[in-house]
Amino acid sequence: MKLILEKRQEHSQAMAYLSPVIAIALTVVIGGIIFALRGLNPFEALFIYFIEPVTTLWSLEELAVKAAPLVLIGVGLAICFTANVWNIGAEGQLTAGALLGSAIPILFTGWQSPLTLVAMLVLGAVGGALFAAIPALLKNRFGANEILTSLMLVYVAQLLLDWLVRGPWRDPKGFNFPKSVTFEDWQLLPTFGDGRVHLGAVFAVIAALVLAVVMARTLKGFEVRVIGNAPRAGAFAGFSRNKMVLFCFLLSGGLAGLAGICEVAGPGGHLQPNVSPGYGFTAIIVAFLGRLNPVGVLFAGVLLGISYLGGEAAQVTLGISDKMAQVFQGMLLFFILACDTLILYRIKLLFGSQLRQVPAE
Amino acid sequence: MGALEAVILTIITASTPLLLAAVGELVVERSGVLNLGVEGMMVMGAVCGFAAAYTSGSPYLGIAAGITAGIGMSLLFAFLTQSLVSNQVATGLALTLLGLGLSGLIGEAFTGLPGVKLPKIWIPVLTDIPFIGPILFGQDILVYVSIALTIAVAHVLFKTRIGLVIRAVGGNHHSAHALGYNVIAVRYACIAFGGACAGLAGAYLSLAYTPQWIENMTAGRGWIALALVVFSTWLPRRLAIGAYLFGTVWIMGLYVQGLGIGIPSQFLSSLPYLVTIVALVVISGNRTLTKVNTPACIGQPFVPDR
Repeated sequence: MKLILEKRQEHSQAMAYLSPVIAIALTVVIGGIIFALRGLNPFEALFIYFIEPVTTLWSLEELAVKAAPLVLIGVGLAICFTANVWNIGAEGQLTAGALLGSAIPILFTGWQSPLTLVAMLVLGAVGGALFAAIPALLKNRFGANEILTSLMLVYVAQLLLDWLVRGPWRDPKGFNFPKSVTFEDWQLLPTFGDGRVHLGAVFAVIAALVLAVVMARTLKGFEVRVIGNAPRAGAFAGFSRNKMVLFCFLLSGGLAGLAGICEVAGPGGHLQPNVSPGYGFTAIIVAFLGRLNPVGVLFAGVLLGISYLGGEAAQVTLGISDKMAQVFQGMLLFFILACDTLILYRIKLLFGSQLRQVPAE
Repeated sequence: MGALEAVILTIITASTPLLLAAVGELVVERSGVLNLGVEGMMVMGAVCGFAAAYTSGSPYLGIAAGITAGIGMSLLFAFLTQSLVSNQVATGLALTLLGLGLSGLIGEAFTGLPGVKLPKIWIPVLTDIPFIGPILFGQDILVYVSIALTIAVAHVLFKTRIGLVIRAVGGNHHSAHALGYNVIAVRYACIAFGGACAGLAGAYLSLAYTPQWIENMTAGRGWIALALVVFSTWLPRRLAIGAYLFGTVWIMGLYVQGLGIGIPSQFLSSLPYLVTIVALVVISGNRTLTKVNTPACIGQPFVPDR
C-alpha cells in the first residue's frame, strides 16, 4: 500500500471549511476511545466534556471567561502565523502584561481614579508588547531564531513573576502565601451578568472584528498575506520583512499582555505565581483551528474554552484527570494540520497491482 | 569526595540529556527537517521510561521504553510532515503540546513514587583512582552512550556514504530525488533516530538525573537542545562542547544558590534560558559561520513528482 498526494488544480474552498470539522470529529472519536479504554462510558464522558458546558447560563458565562484570553491571544498569533512570523512565547507576554499592569494596584495602592483601570490595561498591553519586542529585535538585528528566543522568554517571565510575588510584591498581610495584595474594586474590571464575565470578553470580540477588517480590507492586511505567502513578491513590492516581524510581535504581544492583565484584574483579583493555565500555548491551537482568520479564531476560542470547562467538569464528576483537556487540545491541533493537507492535495491510496502501473504525469 | 569532583560529576549528569536530545535533532536537521517537538518527545520518554522502570524494576527496560516512546512520537510527526506535507513548525509545536498533555495524563499515577536509579558503572582499580576515576570510569552507562553516539554521528555524517545521502537530502532534496534517493524514506529514518535520542534523553532525566517523575520535568531542555543545534552550527563536535557549556550553566546556578549569596533563586534558575538567548544571538550574528553549515532545505516541504 502506498499513500500518494496529488496536487489539486486550485485550493479546495470546501475543504478549507470542512477540515476543522473533520479534525474536531476525529478528536471526539479518538477521545471516546480513550475514555472507553479507561473503562468509562464514552458517550457520557463526551457529553460531560463537550455538551454540558454549553447547557446552563452559569457555564456559558464561565465559557466567556475562558474563551476571552484565548481569542485575544489567538487573533494576534493568527496574524503572526499568516505573515510566517513565529511568536510562540505568548504565554510569557501574557505574564509580562499581567506583571506590568499589576504594578499600579500593587505599588500605588491608594490611587483611586477612573483612570486607574485604564492605566492598568494600557500598561498591561505595553508590557506584553515590550516583552514581545525582544525576540523581534533579536531576530531583525542578529537573525536569532524567534521561535526559540520567544519560548525561552516564557520561562524568564514566569520566574520573574514567581520572584515578585514571593518577594518584593508579596502581600505583607497574606500569611506568607505567594500572592500580592488583593485589588480594590476600582482596580477590577467591570463585570456583567452574575459577575463572572468581565470586560475582557468585550475586548476579545472587538479585537477579532477589528483585525478581521484590517486583514480583509486594508493595505496592512494585504502586506501581511503577501509577506507570508510570497516573501519575494513582498520584497519587490517594497514591503519590509523586518518591519513586519516587529509589527507582528508588537501586536500579538500587546494583545497577550492585555489578556494577562484582564486575567489578573478579572477573575483573579490578585497576582499569584501562575496567572494562566497555559492560555498562551493553547492560543496557538486556537489560531490554527480558526484557519488563521480572526473571525474563525473567535469560534475556535469558544471551542477550546469548552475543552477547559469540560476538563474541569469531567474531573469533578468522572474523576478523570484535567490533563485530558490538554491531550484533547494537542490531538486537535494534530488533526487540523493533517486535514489541512486536503485543501491543497487529494490523497490517494494505491494497493498491490496499482502500484506497478502508476501512470506517469 | 572533593567539592570540585562533585561539581564535575553533576555537570556531566546535567549535560548528558542535552547532548543526547541535541545530537538526534542535529541528524534530523541535517536531513532538512525541523522538528520542534523535541520537548514533547523528551517528556514522553521521561514518563514512559519511569513507568516501565518502576513497574518492572529494571532501569534498562525503562531506557528501552523511553526510546520506544520517543520513536512513536517522532513517527507521528514524520507521517504528518513527510506523508501529508503539513507545516513542520506547526506540527512540531503540536507534538510538544500533545507530549506535555499525554505525559501528564500517563504520569499522574506515578507522581511522587520512588524511582529506579540507573546504576553507575564500577570498574575495579580504574574507578578507584582518586578524582579521575569516578569522573572518567564511574559514570552511568548513558553518559558513555551519549559521547559514543556523538562520535558515531560525526563519523557517519561526514565519513560515510549514508551521511553523504543524508546531507544531500538536507542540502537539496530535488537533486537528491533526481539522483534516485528516496528523500521521504531518508527523512523518516532521520526523524525516527531523532525521536529515539529525545526519548533516551527524557528517560535519562527520570532514571538518572532525578530518579522520579515530576510533571513537565524536562523544563525546556528540549527547546535548549534545539537551540544547541543552531549554536553548534550543525557540527557534532561543537554540539558536545555546547551541551557541556549549558550543563555547566545549569549546575552553576544551583551551586551559587547553595552558597547562600543574596541572589534570588529565580534569577539563577532563569540563567540557562537567558544564556540560550545570548548564545543564539552571538552565533546567529556571525552570518558566515551559520551560512556554511545550515542545511539549505531545512523546514521546506517536499512532494516527490512521479
